[in-house]
Amino acid sequence: MLIFEQSKAGRKDGPGKRKKKQGSAIPKNFLRKQSAGLPEVSELQAVRHYTRLSQKNFSIDTHFYPLGSCTMKYNPRACNSLAMLPGFLNRHPLSPDMFGQGVMACLYELQEMLKEVTGMNAVSLTPAAGAQGEFAGMAMIRAYHDAQGDTARTEVLVPDAAHGTNPASAVMCGYTVREIPTSSNGDVDVDELKKVVGPQTAGLMLTNPSTVGVFDRNIQEISSTVHKAGGLLYYDGANLNAILGKVRPGDMGFDVIHMNLHKTFSTPHGGGGPGAGPVGVSERLTPFLPVPMVAHDGDEYRWLTEKDCPQTIGRLSAFMGNTGVLLRAYVYARLLGKEGMIRVSEYSTLNANYMMAEMKKKGFDLAYPDRRATHEFIVTMKRQAKELGTNTMDFAKRLLDYGFHAPTTYFPLLIPECLLIEPTETEDKDTLDAFIDTMEKILKEAQENPEQLKDAPHTLPVRRLDDVRAARELDLAWKAE
Amino acid sequence: MSNVPVELKYTKDHEWVRVMDDGNLMVGITEHAQDLLGDMVFIETPEAGGKFEPGQEVAVVESVKAASDVYCPVAGEIIEGNEALADAPETVNSEPFEGGWLFKLKPDDASSIDDLMDADAYQELLASEEH
Amino acid sequence: MPFIPHTEKEVKEMLDAIGVSSIEDLFDEIPPELKAVSIDAVPSTQSEMDVSRLMMERAEEDGRQLSFIGAGAYEHHIPAAVWELTTRGEFYTAYTPYQAEASQGTLQLLYEYQTMMSRLNGLDVSNASLYDGASGLAEAVLMAVRANRKSKSKKILMPKTVHPHYRKTVEAIVNKQDIKLEILDYDATGGHLSPEQLPQSPGDFAALVIPQPNFFGVMEDVDMLTDWAHSHGALVIAVVNPIALALLQPPGEWGENGADIACGEGQPLGIPLSSGGPYYGFMCCKQALVRQMPGRIIGKTLDMDGKPGYTLTLQAREQHIRRSKATSNICTNQGLMITASTIHMAILGAHGLEEAAATSNENTNTLIDKLTALPGVEKVFERPVFHEAVLKFDTPLKDVLRALNAQNLIGGYSLEDEYPELDNALLVCATETKTQADIDTYVNHLERILSKQETVKCPVSPKI
Repeated sequence: MLIFEQSKAGRKDGPGKRKKKQGSAIPKNFLRKQSAGLPEVSELQAVRHYTRLSQKNFSIDTHFYPLGSCTMKYNPRACNSLAMLPGFLNRHPLSPDMFGQGVMACLYELQEMLKEVTGMNAVSLTPAAGAQGEFAGMAMIRAYHDAQGDTARTEVLVPDAAHGTNPASAVMCGYTVREIPTSSNGDVDVDELKKVVGPQTAGLMLTNPSTVGVFDRNIQEISSTVHKAGGLLYYDGANLNAILGKVRPGDMGFDVIHMNLHKTFSTPHGGGGPGAGPVGVSERLTPFLPVPMVAHDGDEYRWLTEKDCPQTIGRLSAFMGNTGVLLRAYVYARLLGKEGMIRVSEYSTLNANYMMAEMKKKGFDLAYPDRRATHEFIVTMKRQAKELGTNTMDFAKRLLDYGFHAPTTYFPLLIPECLLIEPTETEDKDTLDAFIDTMEKILKEAQENPEQLKDAPHTLPVRRLDDVRAARELDLAWKAE
Repeated sequence: MSNVPVELKYTKDHEWVRVMDDGNLMVGITEHAQDLLGDMVFIETPEAGGKFEPGQEVAVVESVKAASDVYCPVAGEIIEGNEALADAPETVNSEPFEGGWLFKLKPDDASSIDDLMDADAYQELLASEEH
Repeated sequence: MPFIPHTEKEVKEMLDAIGVSSIEDLFDEIPPELKAVSIDAVPSTQSEMDVSRLMMERAEEDGRQLSFIGAGAYEHHIPAAVWELTTRGEFYTAYTPYQAEASQGTLQLLYEYQTMMSRLNGLDVSNASLYDGASGLAEAVLMAVRANRKSKSKKILMPKTVHPHYRKTVEAIVNKQDIKLEILDYDATGGHLSPEQLPQSPGDFAALVIPQPNFFGVMEDVDMLTDWAHSHGALVIAVVNPIALALLQPPGEWGENGADIACGEGQPLGIPLSSGGPYYGFMCCKQALVRQMPGRIIGKTLDMDGKPGYTLTLQAREQHIRRSKATSNICTNQGLMITASTIHMAILGAHGLEEAAATSNENTNTLIDKLTALPGVEKVFERPVFHEAVLKFDTPLKDVLRALNAQNLIGGYSLEDEYPELDNALLVCATETKTQADIDTYVNHLERILSKQETVKCPVSPKI
């Protein structure tokens, strides 16, 4: 039942007469003719309704959530409660610096820590999400080439395995996109890269470890190939969790990087966001960083704005970006410290390689059986789809019945019938074993009773939904009957 | 194997072209293409009067899992887009070669369709993509 | 070890299962010369107790002031239930509802949100949020250029009365795509976009942006502006405040045909100020434009048994499918923020929002009346305002503001950087959170400060 269906006209007036407030100083011609038609429910009704709705969700706090490429690790509660202290929550974004030294100290130290773990020269925290970080990164690459008078560079190279945000972000910066194929061992096809790189190349966007769950062994060659042609290297930090404290993008030769703090630094995913997508840059791109940033002059912290950074690509949101998310990441970084950061990559990699080895033993096909997994790996169900008629989506939906959130399905697009599995470092071995056992059980069901899978899920609030109907007969807002 | 009518011409992007009695062309996507894309949910067809070069995007076919551009097979001017598809995109699935046509085109050069594939060549293309 | 559950025995078993002898072996595909890494500049691990103390001290440093700043972020009362519910783990730690059957809570909530926003805005459809109001306006500009098939130009008319940070953000986001922003000046007396400011022969342009209320708090002639833009074949992008919409004419009803796209900052609906974020941008539009709208959209449908359910829809427009041809690169949105807003709107209802809006309007008018009663303080613009107004001082504003700060009071937002033509001008705001006593505190401090300045006659920096 929708909240609107629990609404009754007059409930908010209560039994007595309501004193009407009309905004009397506003001339009538500016006012709306009818009330906005929001539900009229009591606070208890609202609390009960949204509590019940929450219970229809799978979440990290309730279920194993091995969604590849999304790093669904435990979100420590301290990060939330400490970021929501009243002094932080009530501070207006435009209030004077003297009333913001606490939050600015945290942001400044976060900038410094991120510089260190990525090996970059400078960091701006302002992008609101990974995709905005990508936009900022590509805009800086463009600003750099423009500042050099090098306007012939119109093309950005993107591996075919990349997140869809990569090509979309490059296009927003006025670039055309050329795809680079992935070779059969999962690394970028360097020969193909060499063929297409040239004076028109503005840069290469690369995710390393890549979206296919391997570390690209040719990274140094890729890096020098692009640099020799005068292009710059963009690092998509979606998989930073796999290498935190082990390898640094700056050392690999990248000129610009974005981080997804909602992945590697464990800020909440919130049912779709907010994220935070700070960008780090090499020295030559530093003048172009987006504003605002935080500077530390003597004893005081202050904002760096357009005035201080005349070559900045500008502002990406009205104020500072997702400050509250940055505070959560800061708390997380302080709790982990340098020792804990290294353990993030070590144990996420251990968990992924363990699961990969065990699933192979249970008869699942790996996309790259000869490679080490990073913090995630890919199983392909192509054989099962062909032999048993049950596809990846059927396996995914059946997993829900057993109380596991499904891994990422059908991404990356170049591997047919794939499951991208990312356990993260915060899951214990028993949970991983239970997932593996369940996958084996479902495989058996697929052989004996495929309908069990095709009709799954059976135990959730709804059964499989009709996506075609949703798109053809668009119903995007409730209307009273 | 999907249906490939012999009287039509084809492109490598899985479009078909029919030469109509008046010499103008009718264009749609093949049975194979609609099968790959799945259930159509929205079709964007061009307005009459637009001039296009071969390879330019003319229309968009959108299914739940993909949105795909439809390219102009030969240079020409749009005479008509199939407006009926706005309310019935599923026609592209049910009758791709008939009611599911996307647009009609007046070619700049009537002979330009000779460069397109015939049914046999298209069958071969399909067979090669199988592997 | 913080957040790592493994026992030593388990680690050994797992390594054996993989067939390696140490965790380090798992990194053997990384070129060794890249692995000589030091991250020593990162501080060592600290206990939750120690980090808590640090954060409390820092939050304390930022303190609490009596603040009369608005300028795009507004202090409103948020019922305690809103964030109690929003931070439930089931909302807080879920992700984008890719597996619809396991995400009906988030999906239904988003559908309710879309319904609430489209009703507030008087438009057919709403998306499920963008990053914030400013970047949302940039997306609206890109959307208008895509959607306006009649216009060949990529020109957008942008009034100077739109929030200056919004204009800068739009510029930064759209300027790589050959989109031109033509800035329209404001009427010096009214503080609004009057017919005199509209270009006589505007030529071809894709859209006109109309803020309501505008950055000065002033109400624009939205009907006239909407009809003017439509008569030139352009679309109308409304930039609106959602609390104001509880009282004001919704964008969908502006002029003869209504605005085509409405967007704005969602923060006033239950989101704390938090130094600027996370907030969220809302966006609504007419049904005909829905396929050009960026961001996630939730649709109602049926399951295999014919039971209603909710799912992500129109995904083919989005980057994960359409890649370089997507409507936007946006992926992660501000889901948790609209969770809070939806609960906030449900608890307040239309009446609650109307009251917050009306009281904010009253308080601001009271504040203006009392402040302009002081010598040397004047209202700059004549036209009616919603919950903000521009005041002009005949003494150096900087000094006045610093003296107020010394009293733990933030007097407003100085316009000297963004509008140099307005000398010593201050944008003030008093929402429903301000009591009469708060307003009197401001008035009394200001009266004292101004009287001192007058006697000294030259600006003296107060000691803080």
